[in-house]
Amino acid sequence: MANIDTINKDFADLFEQGKELLSNGSSDCMNKTREKAFVQFQELGVPTRVNENYKYTNLIPAFDHPYNVNLRYMEVDVDLNDIFQCDVPELDTNMVLLTNGWFYGNNKVLTELPEGVIVCGVQEAAQKYPDIFNAHYGKYAKPEEDGIVALNTALAKDGLFIYVPKGVVIDKPIQVVNLLRSDRDLMATQRNLFVIEENAQAKIIVCDHTLTHHKYLSNSVTEVNVAPNAVFDLYTLQNQHLNSVILNSIFIRQDKHSNVLTNTISLYGGTIRNNHHVLLDGEHCENNTYGMYLMDNKQHVDNFTSIDHSKPNCLSNEHFKGVMDGEATAAFAGRIYVRRDAQKTLAYQSNNNLLLSDDAQINTKPQLIIDADDVKCSHGATVGQMDEDALFYLRARGIDEKEARQMLMFAFAHEIIEKIRVEPLKDRIDALVDTRLRGEISKCNTCALACKN
Amino acid sequence: MLSIKNLHVSIDGKEILKGINLEIKPGEVHAIMGPNGAGKSTLASVLAGRDLYEVTEGEIIFQGKNLLDMAPEDRAKEGIFLGFQYPIEIPGVSTVNFMKTAVNEHRKHKGLDPLTASDFLRLMRDKKALVEIDSKLTNRSVNEGFSGGEKKKNEIFQMAMLEPKLAVLDETDSGLDIDALRIVANGVNKLKTAENSTIVITHYQRLLDYIIPDVVHVLFDGRIVKTAGKELALELEEKGYDWIKEENGK
Ligand SMILES: Nc1ncnc2c1ncn2[C@@H]1O[C@H](COP(=O)(O)OP(=O)(O)OP(=O)(O)O)[C@@H](O)[C@H]1O
Ligand SMILES: [Mg+2]
Repeated sequence: MANIDTINKDFADLFEQGKELLSNGSSDCMNKTREKAFVQFQELGVPTRVNENYKYTNLIPAFDHPYNVNLRYMEVDVDLNDIFQCDVPELDTNMVLLTNGWFYGNNKVLTELPEGVIVCGVQEAAQKYPDIFNAHYGKYAKPEEDGIVALNTALAKDGLFIYVPKGVVIDKPIQVVNLLRSDRDLMATQRNLFVIEENAQAKIIVCDHTLTHHKYLSNSVTEVNVAPNAVFDLYTLQNQHLNSVILNSIFIRQDKHSNVLTNTISLYGGTIRNNHHVLLDGEHCENNTYGMYLMDNKQHVDNFTSIDHSKPNCLSNEHFKGVMDGEATAAFAGRIYVRRDAQKTLAYQSNNNLLLSDDAQINTKPQLIIDADDVKCSHGATVGQMDEDALFYLRARGIDEKEARQMLMFAFAHEIIEKIRVEPLKDRIDALVDTRLRGEISKCNTCALACKN
Repeated sequence: MLSIKNLHVSIDGKEILKGINLEIKPGEVHAIMGPNGAGKSTLASVLAGRDLYEVTEGEIIFQGKNLLDMAPEDRAKEGIFLGFQYPIEIPGVSTVNFMKTAVNEHRKHKGLDPLTASDFLRLMRDKKALVEIDSKLTNRSVNEGFSGGEKKKNEIFQMAMLEPKLAVLDETDSGLDIDALRIVANGVNKLKTAENSTIVITHYQRLLDYIIPDVVHVLFDGRIVKTAGKELALELEEKGYDWIKEENGK
């Protein structure tokens, strides 16, 4: 097995040798950010378990593999629009496809978007809308704190750019389908930037899919700026295969009176690491960070969250729930900062876990760093087995054991699904979670939304 | 209908039921009374199939079948219903979904098709009316946030939905106000037929004013120590259990 130094050195070589390909087509702003991030990566490297924040996730096996890396856009030989047609008619969305981290070249034009809304690739946005792009790109992610964020920033070429102008409300959610499709094992780097201006509203649904069964490592970073009074929802559905590694870092900055809800649902994947960073950077913000993970086999999921109350009078709700079976392992770290001036902060956090087997494991750690005195914070973590009394109650009414267990697991998970603010998506996720908890993988396991393929 | 012979039950090695014998015929109502900790709920739970309890000796035959071999769900489908002394709250499981699943499992057992959505809703409506239970309650998760009395009413509602052959009602009267007691008792009486039987476990004679028992048993220290007609309940109400305890050398 390669050691971490070899892995880091390989990336350094890749960066040096691929310099021209990397800078080609990227704007100056991106390339400047890239150079800086590379220096940061050289200092940090891929995080190992020595790093307190990665104590429970060993990334070495994930990185120790000869992946292919595409430093330029590869033409896709089939029309992905044909492959991906969501068969959920009620889920009426504006759909955008990305392939291996790149904005898909033959995306259909989204004709129904309100005037002024921009949905395009990051590379394109950097060229066409430099004023907006440069004001936000690289401003929220923190490559100086996390090696994989630095690596993403150093290798970032493309991803999704969404801009919602002042006062514009997009009714239909934007559905982002990330496709991993390759004839070789692949490492994909994706960099997204979402800019939601004052009084604007948008809902984004991100579905991660693997189309082929190669080993994938996807390292994505999403930056979001939510301006005053804006409302933003981000739903992330992770449904890949056991041979995939998902590294997903989200950085959200919220300005005053903004309202954000994120819900990250990990249905399937080999190794999943989610970094949720929220900066409450104006008064009277509301942030809801939710997540759910359903793990079995030897799957691993690690949700690292950091909610930073830097201004007074904000509210944050954080709730993660997990159902763990087999030899699956999970970790949850909930960090809440309440800065000195952030008086009247309300910050709630909980993490509840249902362990279905003796071999499943969960490490859960709240961490409250409170420097203000007039605040209300609470946190709680539970790890438990199924409630035998409840199980018996259901069975005593004639419901067989398997079904009764299913009902209880589903009820446990539903608390998180309930928070989804897109009705048809909620129903769809309910159905997906139900099948998932029955130990079945949806027939089309590459597509959580049951696209025909 | 039900025949219990020399039933011995332990939990964690401690013997709680010490040789119960009980015969119940179709159409009969039996009351079981007895002081706290006597083993009444234990008996009820063992009938329903709770595996927390270990049956060390004896047998239970229900309609010719060995009950002890059956899983709780199979007993329920054969027609046994336990009205819990402490009904469980199950957040996230909707009452409607719970009842629909249960009713259809019972129907499947009888070789019937599942109810259509509209038939199911009609059934719900009829049975809700029978026990005068508010839709506000049945629209919630199972027992979640119900008051003590509401939970008991909900037990009878479920009984009405499932129409058991043998209902075991464990202190269904406790926690009920006078009106609720009358409603619950009326509900039980309306569900009564010449074929189905009821075991009512209670501490209070007042329930037995509504649900008239054919037989009253006193369960004491894991044994049925007295069996008589309904007048026994009155006697217990007046004199308490001391004389029973004395008779049994405690
Ligand atoms: N799960 C358990 N673990 C240990 N002991 C138990 C358990 N369940 C019941 N017991 C014991 O068994 C005995 C009988 O309890 P049971 O609940 O059957 O009494 P009961 O007659 O229903 O009393 P009450 O009138 O208070 O409802 C008691 O001593 C009780 O403490
Ligand atoms: Mg009892």
